[in-house]
Parts: sequence; structure tokens; C-alpha cells
Amino acid sequence: MSEELLETTETQEQDNWSGGKSPFKTSYGKLMMWYFLVSDAFTFAGLLIAYGALRFSTPSWPVPDFVFSTAPFGVTGAPLIFVTIMSFVLIISSGTMVRAVQEGARENKNGVVFWLLMTVFGGIAFLGCQAWEWNNLIAEEHMTIFTNPFGTHTEDGVYLEGDGHYIEKGDEFKAGESYLIHKHHGDWDPLTFRTESGVVKQQEFGPKAFGALFFFITGFHGFHVFSGVVILFIIMLNVASGLYVERKNGYEMVEKVGLYWHFVDLVWVFVFLVFYLL
Amino acid sequence: MEMSRSEGIRAVKKGLLLLGAVTVAEVLISLLGKGYLIPGLEEYSFLFVITGLAMIVLSLYKAYFIVYEFMHLRYEVKGMALSILLPAMLLIWGLIAFLWEGNTWGDRREEVQYEIPQDIEQQLDESEGEPVKELDNHEH
Repeated sequence: MSEELLETTETQEQDNWSGGKSPFKTSYGKLMMWYFLVSDAFTFAGLLIAYGALRFSTPSWPVPDFVFSTAPFGVTGAPLIFVTIMSFVLIISSGTMVRAVQEGARENKNGVVFWLLMTVFGGIAFLGCQAWEWNNLIAEEHMTIFTNPFGTHTEDGVYLEGDGHYIEKGDEFKAGESYLIHKHHGDWDPLTFRTESGVVKQQEFGPKAFGALFFFITGFHGFHVFSGVVILFIIMLNVASGLYVERKNGYEMVEKVGLYWHFVDLVWVFVFLVFYLL
Repeated sequence: MEMSRSEGIRAVKKGLLLLGAVTVAEVLISLLGKGYLIPGLEEYSFLFVITGLAMIVLSLYKAYFIVYEFMHLRYEVKGMALSILLPAMLLIWGLIAFLWEGNTWGDRREEVQYEIPQDIEQQLDESEGEPVKELDNHEH
């Protein structure tokens, strides 16, 4: 009995691979989208692992909940709140994408168009948030790919001058606390402080690699979101024109772009973990 | 995979609630570990390891959910799923190897000499135009 069962499964498998039909029971396009995403995952993983390796190699590293503690409308001192909102935007757009694929399977043309449009809006909202974040870092906090004004104290100490905003003369700080060096009229203005051991020092710039890694990795992800929005929009127009009704394949193109869009959300899970949470 | 409208909406709602709740949990754990929720907690360094591990596990769960449910990998042929997941396992090696490497760079930072010592500079001048192996010829 069991031998018979084994034989039938073997012949079935042979049939699957003997040509004439897809052994993976999927179309060429969908399979290739998956393999493209695998290669893209390796690219992102390479970048994020490089971030980890450089972070481990440096004695101090900017603390993310200090760096990312501002939000629009003048909110400061709100660690991680804005990026959490950005995450929600992307998660919700992933949900609307699932809806579009479901409506496609039900051959409901208007439903697909509506939910693809919602997904496009989600993508644009995310890009808007990212534009604000980048603008804040570049224009307000003066971080570039070459300069990282976010530093970290390596010893306890006391400030000998204030910056006129958050730090006053005589304020104490502990080792591991982060600071932002301000720029006044085009000149950097690092504050002087005395360490516990009595040495007078000036605030130093943080590790250079931070700015380069941040702008490259979030930029690369943002570029994926941007191209996703463009592709979603084109597919939406195709759906509206009735192209996929003609093809009679259950809106497979919507499934493919859906895979890409979910992947963008998947990458953000790890960017969020590595850059903001840890 | 065809499902009725209400079934589909229920599935999406469930997925969004799950991903949203896990994200909120991650942010709360992160803020807890850094002493925002209960001041003074950031002093305990072991907490940093525990919260870090918790956030990594939760993120992996989110990734699993997105890939298996939203991207439908659960419903694909097993061989196809393996052809996607097995190559990705290489990343485990990459992660361990390069974090280890980065740690070593950090440990040996003191040994890095940013200026070339004078005697080596002299040797370089002398050996100009000569085969590279001549450089090794000293102090034996």
C-alpha cells in the first residue's frame, strides 16, 4: 500500500517535470518576479549588514531615538514617533494592495482600480514623509553624506557653555548621551565641556559613515517606493482600459506588482529595525 | 485564490491589525529599553540585549507574515517556496561573518596607524621601480 503511494507520488513528480506544464504551478512572469525580489533582498541585506559591521567597528554611534526625535509641526523630543507613523502608512498601503489583488481574482475591474489608486496614495504619502525627514536632517540639522553632527559622549562630564536652546552652562551629561552640533551662520559651533577626569574638550563629530549609510539605504528604499508608485499607476491605467479583461488571466499583472509592493514593505520592516529600533 | 468580498476584507483587516500591533509593540519595547517609559531602566545593560532580541524576533515574525500571507508564498508549490527561501539562508552566514568582522575592526582600532612610519616611507622611496618582494627583506 505504502509502496503504491510512493510510486504514484513519484510518477506525479516526474509528470510535473517532464515538460508541458509548469512544475511550480505558476507563470514565468510571477516566478521571475520572485527571483528578482530574492536578488533585491540580497542587495538590501548587503547594505544593512554593512551598516551593522560599521556600527560594531566604532566606539560610539549616534543613538537613533535622539537623531529621529522630531516630527512635523514643530514637534521635538518625540523619539521614533514620526517613523512609526511612516511604518503605518506603508503597512496600510500593503493592505490596500492585498485588496486590489483580491478584487482582481474576482474579476471586479472597478474594485481593482479603486484599491490600486489607494495604494498609490499610500506610496505618495510615505514618500512625502520621507521627503520631510530628509529635509529636516539636511536643512535643519545639517547632516550630509560627509558630515555627521550627531555625536555621543564617551565620558561623564559638565558643559562649560550653552547652545541657547536645549543645553545650558553647567548642565551635566553621562557617557553614552548623544548631542547635535549646531551650525550658526555657516560655522559649526561645537560646545566645550569638562569631563569627569578634569580635561576640557570640545564636542566632536560622530562617525562619518552614519550619514552616508542613512542617506544611501533610506534613499535606495525610497527609490523602490517611487518606482513602485509609478508602476502601480501604469498598471492602474491598464486595468481601467480593460487590458487585463482581454487577457483573461485573473489580473495576474496586478499580482506581480503586488509582490513587488509587499517586498518594499518587507524591506521597510528591516530598515525600521536596523536604523530606528535597535 | 478567490474569496468573497467580506472574506477578503476580514483577511486584510486581520493582517493590518496584526502588523500594526506588532509594530507598536516593537516601538514600545525600543523606548522601554532606552529608558523613556520607565526612567533609569537604560542603566541595565542586559536589558539592551533582551529588548534587542525581542525586536529582532518580532521583525522576523512581521517578515514571515508579509511573505507567507500577503505575498501568498504559503499557497505556492513547496519546491518553489524552497527555491526562494533556501538561497536567503545564506544571509545568516553573511550576518554572522560581517558583524564578527566589524567587531574585530572595532577591537583593533588602536592598532591602525594613520600615518606611514618614516622607515617604511624610506623603504618605499628606495624600492621605487624594484620588484615588490624586495620590501619584505628586513630584520631576519
